[in-house]
Amino acid sequence: MDKAQAAEGSAEREEQDGGYVPSQRRLDRERYKRARARRATAIGALSTLVTGVVLYLVVVNAPGWPRTKETFFDWGYAREAFPKVLEGLWLNVRLLLICGAAVLVLGMLIAVARTLRGPVFFPLRFLAAAYTDFFRGLPLIINLMIVVLGLPALRLQGVTVDPVLLGGTALTLTYSAYVAEVFRAGIESVHPSQRAAARSLGLSNRQALRHVVLPQAVRRQVPPLLNDLVSLQKDTGLVSIGGAVDAVRAADIIVGRSLNYTPYIVAGLVFVALTIPMTRFTDWVTARMDRRRAQGGTT
Amino acid sequence: MHPAPRALRRAAAVVVLLAAAVSCAPQPEASDRPSASGGNTCEKGKLATENSGRLTIATDEPAYEPWFKDDDPAGGKGFESAVAYAVAEHLGYGKDKVTWQTVPFNKAFAPGEKTFDFDINQVSVSEERRKAVDFSSGYYDVRQTVVALKGSKAAKAKSIADLKDVKLGAQVGTTSLDYIDDVVKPNQAAAVYAKNDQAKSALKNGQVGAIVVDLPTAFYITGAEITDARIVGQFENQGGTPEQFGLVLDKGSALTPCVSRAVDALREDGTLAELEQKWLSDAVDAPVLK
Repeated sequence: MDKAQAAEGSAEREEQDGGYVPSQRRLDRERYKRARARRATAIGALSTLVTGVVLYLVVVNAPGWPRTKETFFDWGYAREAFPKVLEGLWLNVRLLLICGAAVLVLGMLIAVARTLRGPVFFPLRFLAAAYTDFFRGLPLIINLMIVVLGLPALRLQGVTVDPVLLGGTALTLTYSAYVAEVFRAGIESVHPSQRAAARSLGLSNRQALRHVVLPQAVRRQVPPLLNDLVSLQKDTGLVSIGGAVDAVRAADIIVGRSLNYTPYIVAGLVFVALTIPMTRFTDWVTARMDRRRAQGGTT
Repeated sequence: MHPAPRALRRAAAVVVLLAAAVSCAPQPEASDRPSASGGNTCEKGKLATENSGRLTIATDEPAYEPWFKDDDPAGGKGFESAVAYAVAEHLGYGKDKVTWQTVPFNKAFAPGEKTFDFDINQVSVSEERRKAVDFSSGYYDVRQTVVALKGSKAAKAKSIADLKDVKLGAQVGTTSLDYIDDVVKPNQAAAVYAKNDQAKSALKNGQVGAIVVDLPTAFYITGAEITDARIVGQFENQGGTPEQFGLVLDKGSALTPCVSRAVDALREDGTLAELEQKWLSDAVDAPVLK
């Protein structure tokens, strides 16, 4: 970093030493550009301000606003709900981490199974395709109902009845199907010439997949994968079907008792606050990967 | 290319649109309530109802036994259905003048225009809830009970202390849940279900040791739905005042005094007791847990 800056500085000095004087035209051009940028910022700020003010007036002058404010923005209930919601959120976060990891592994396995070549693998390809078709189509809530409330009814020896474990299983089943499709799209989007090149260098099918195709595929799939991850994070709350108390259910409990909806707002904001850092982090990772790949900047 | 004027024009258009939105904001609610003649004197059949000349009553779906029969509120069968029709009758609305509406528990309390005149859905009256809605007088005194599978550890409980180590379950938004948290204070957090149906499944599956429900529901569960379950006992009322179910009305509704008066009258002339006898079992044989 410092080295680079130093190098730049010295380059500038050299330029000045070399007697470089920017032409009048260049100075004019730069001034004009600066002026335009300032103007754009000013217009943007003004329109944002106007929009904000108008929206504020619309909401605050609505006939039902006082009642809405009491019901949805009550500071006392927010303070009561916040610790309980956070307590519930811990369940969401644990489920997200464990199911997220399981989903990535399982999804990758299914995607690879679907893209295997050769007639001998037909049953595997068929099963993987059937799995993704079924679990992508099956509504998650019904999947959860069957797994969380139906599976224990079988009274199988050694099968857990813990609603959180069962709920996590159901989530993993559904989301693996989504993620498998994302990975498969990624694998198929890598140009065939890449595989051909790898094979011609003497790599086996497996090596070509492992070292050439998958790294490119995964990198391309980061945004849609993140989408599924954020979606999973919100859907973890659905395990509350089995009686476990997650962030939303914790809010539910207070809402049911008090008939005041503020806890829902708190839970919603907490989820958003959880999602934003995750999004920024993956954006940063993607940008870093892009920088590494495209040494010398993007075009 | 002069982008500036265009941008300005666009901005102006947005402002105009938003301003229009402000001016189109709904008018205050006061003006669009049909002002009935003598809206506050509870003149029979002439109340300021949502639909003039008709009484709209809301409840959730599914409508559970023994409160409603066959998931049909309009049938007049089941305790709450019968009470609703009795109240309607008292207000001067015969059976043919009553419209039933499906409104989920949670939606019944949201602020804003109500689409019904009152909601009957085993809603317990509480001071805290009064901040959000109006309640009529109570039409039923509730006792909370513990239900467990026969032969289970929970089924042998003789006192509240015996329930401390049991995994308990209840429906969200019910006082049953408050009893678990405030009275039993169990060592494991309660399992909280969206609907009693799921609590029942969990009890059958052994995912919870016992569930807490109100007494009539408990009688129905043990009598018809899970026959190998039994009522372990009932809780004493918290704070000495009996817990009551009340009819839910919009906050500040003009109908509240009329509906309350109707419920009081039905209590005085013995109608409520009669309906209780008819639709709800006696609460005699459930021991009190202390």
